[in-house]
Amino acid sequence: MQQIFKFIEKYKYFLLFLILESFALFFTIQNHSYHRSKFINSANTLTGGIYRQMSSINDFFYLKKENRLLSKENIHLKNLLSLSPYDLDSVVSEQIDTVNFYQKYKYYRGKIISNNYTKRNNFLTINRGEKHGITSIMGVVNSYGIIGVTNSVSKHNATVMSILHKDSHTNVKLKNNDHYGSLIWNGKDYRTVQLVDLPRQTQVGIGDTIITGGKSSIFPEGILVGTIKDFEKQGNDFQLINIKLFNDMSALSNINIISNLEQKEIKQLETANE
Amino acid sequence: MNNIAQNTIWFVLLVLLQVLIFNNINLLGHTNPYIYIAYIFYYPIKRERGRFLFLSFLLGLSIDFFSNTGGINAASTLFIAFIRLSVLSSILKKTDFDFHQFNIRSISFGRACTFITILTFTHHFILFSLDYFSLKDMGSILSKSITTAFLSISLILIGIISFTKKK
Repeated sequence: MQQIFKFIEKYKYFLLFLILESFALFFTIQNHSYHRSKFINSANTLTGGIYRQMSSINDFFYLKKENRLLSKENIHLKNLLSLSPYDLDSVVSEQIDTVNFYQKYKYYRGKIISNNYTKRNNFLTINRGEKHGITSIMGVVNSYGIIGVTNSVSKHNATVMSILHKDSHTNVKLKNNDHYGSLIWNGKDYRTVQLVDLPRQTQVGIGDTIITGGKSSIFPEGILVGTIKDFEKQGNDFQLINIKLFNDMSALSNINIISNLEQKEIKQLETANE
Repeated sequence: MNNIAQNTIWFVLLVLLQVLIFNNINLLGHTNPYIYIAYIFYYPIKRERGRFLFLSFLLGLSIDFFSNTGGINAASTLFIAFIRLSVLSSILKKTDFDFHQFNIRSISFGRACTFITILTFTHHFILFSLDYFSLKDMGSILSKSITTAFLSISLILIGIISFTKKK
């Protein structure tokens, strides 16, 4: 017994170091697994509050740019509205009955209060939380394209796992043919992401547009991602397809959060199959 | 009492400086210096070691809270806090050095530089290894550690020289 006490006395600092270090490693490993609820995140009141204050100062400097972006998007949407299909037959089209419409996705607005893109695994913090109807695993986009998926959610804030993260696999497809692949990031350049698992017979060309595939329950189909920058082929197989993002991940501000109203149903179906 | 207050202020100040300013530097698009570890270099050695280890763990964890990095800052900061004394005694080549009198400004500039360089590089290497978490990316980890360490060391040296008194 005395031996043990002596041992502890002798190595007490080393033991303290070991205990604390294992705590730190535990948090690190927990952070690498996606679905676990996390303790260390910036969505809590203190860190979220500080980021909020800082962001309210910072925003002031980007007002001009944001205004231009918003008016650009407005014009785009107005142009879409003014496109009316030709009536091929002379019959006047019937009145729109709202009962015939079914809403699958619901959009929320929000803003990024802390942006990260320099690390290997990047998380963003947004100023929307449970109070505003945000839950985890909702898509986050802006008018240029996809940004990420919500992760930890607190009352007023939430963290977003950026597409610039090791564990981010987004289902995407080519716009001109319906071949699906998966979007990953190799951690090198924040402007370029990689496309993998594309079927070997797919015809691709530099400059082809990549959009979200809608095969996951997070993003609706057709959200912009980027264009093919270059690709390598070995035999028939694709080795590497680099995609240049439409979004500038270093300058993000206003975002939309997409909630899939059918997500619960899809999850239930999928678990029932297993 | 005065010392404890001073240390607390430094602690909070360094965390805020790091997360609000230095995490947004993005030099050349991807390099952010880690200046908060200056706390480890400047913390007096005469204090109780257990408390120092705990504080450095807390310091790293605070940074992790802000940057959503799990526990990588805590792990690397704790590690350099643990090896600080042995690194220092091997640099000074004295076994019975009077550590009670130690201050980073009381040793020669070259030695202080070596001390800061070794600890900063170790910190950055552990940090990026845990961030990338795969041996395949060893090249990226090393190059990122070296470039970031260079920036961090320069900023920490400038900071220490301009904000502390020579003894």
